[in-house]
Amino acid sequence: MSHLLLVLLGGAAGAAARYLISAAAGRRLGGAFHWGTFLANMAACLILGFLVEAGGEDALGPSGQALLATGFCGALSTWSTFSHEVMAMADGRRVAGAAGYLLVTVVAGLGLSFAGAGIAAALW
Amino acid sequence: MEHFGRFHLHSHPDHTNGPQWPVVAAVAVGGAVGAALRFGAANVWRNGSDAELVWPKGEAAFPWTTLLVNVVGCFLMGVLTVTLKERFTGAPRLLNPLLGTGVLGGFTTFSSYTDDARRLFENDQPGSALGYLVLTVAGALAGVALGAVLTRVVLTGRGTTDGETGSGRR
Repeated sequence: MSHLLLVLLGGAAGAAARYLISAAAGRRLGGAFHWGTFLANMAACLILGFLVEAGGEDALGPSGQALLATGFCGALSTWSTFSHEVMAMADGRRVAGAAGYLLVTVVAGLGLSFAGAGIAAALW
Repeated sequence: MEHFGRFHLHSHPDHTNGPQWPVVAAVAVGGAVGAALRFGAANVWRNGSDAELVWPKGEAAFPWTTLLVNVVGCFLMGVLTVTLKERFTGAPRLLNPLLGTGVLGGFTTFSSYTDDARRLFENDQPGSALGYLVLTVAGALAGVALGAVLTRVVLTGRGTTDGETGSGRR
């Protein structure tokens, strides 16, 4: 039960952070690329890679995992908005852009997951 | 098939004057609910997904739960978008941030997706990792498209809003 509470708190913070990142990116970086969703997803991949590896070394514990990994990182990142944006680009006849956005997000996200895990492994 | 461009998520009016705090609150409440639903799904169906909870040593289970959560969330995103932007256009302004950005954004997860794939790679299961990467992409894109198309048929009785054949119908 306490873990559920931590997931709720982390989820609220993660989703709010994603919205604020999107709002800031929309103002500062323009709307040509989905910077908000992209940056939120990339940040979450890096942080989660770090946390899972750190958790594996018992640095975080189950409560920290519930709050930060399942809650915060899970809600900071999104598949639903991402796939919707990709389909919107494809429907707008920006097929190459959609494919590029998809590929860059998946490859960079995976790379950042490895990077986060590598940083944690180096620290512990 | 240009209908997606019309209900672009970046058409949020709240990008002009900075973040609107009622929207932030709605997104936060929705995100908490969505994350809790995902947490519940992972507890009901433990198979290696959300591996911060369970990650058995040895052969890693295929992360079906995260895959299913993400595909279902994308399907519902297609349903929600058509429902709010094409059918119930007079719905309360906070409903889309609450349900779309919040609940579905919090329910689906990209970070667990890449992390599950990373650990399949590190566990010397590159076939499972690649299969998981590709299946999720295919399921997510098909889900959002199918959700939009089915909802459009159910709510408006038309299959598409194609720019040529659909003109004049709205």
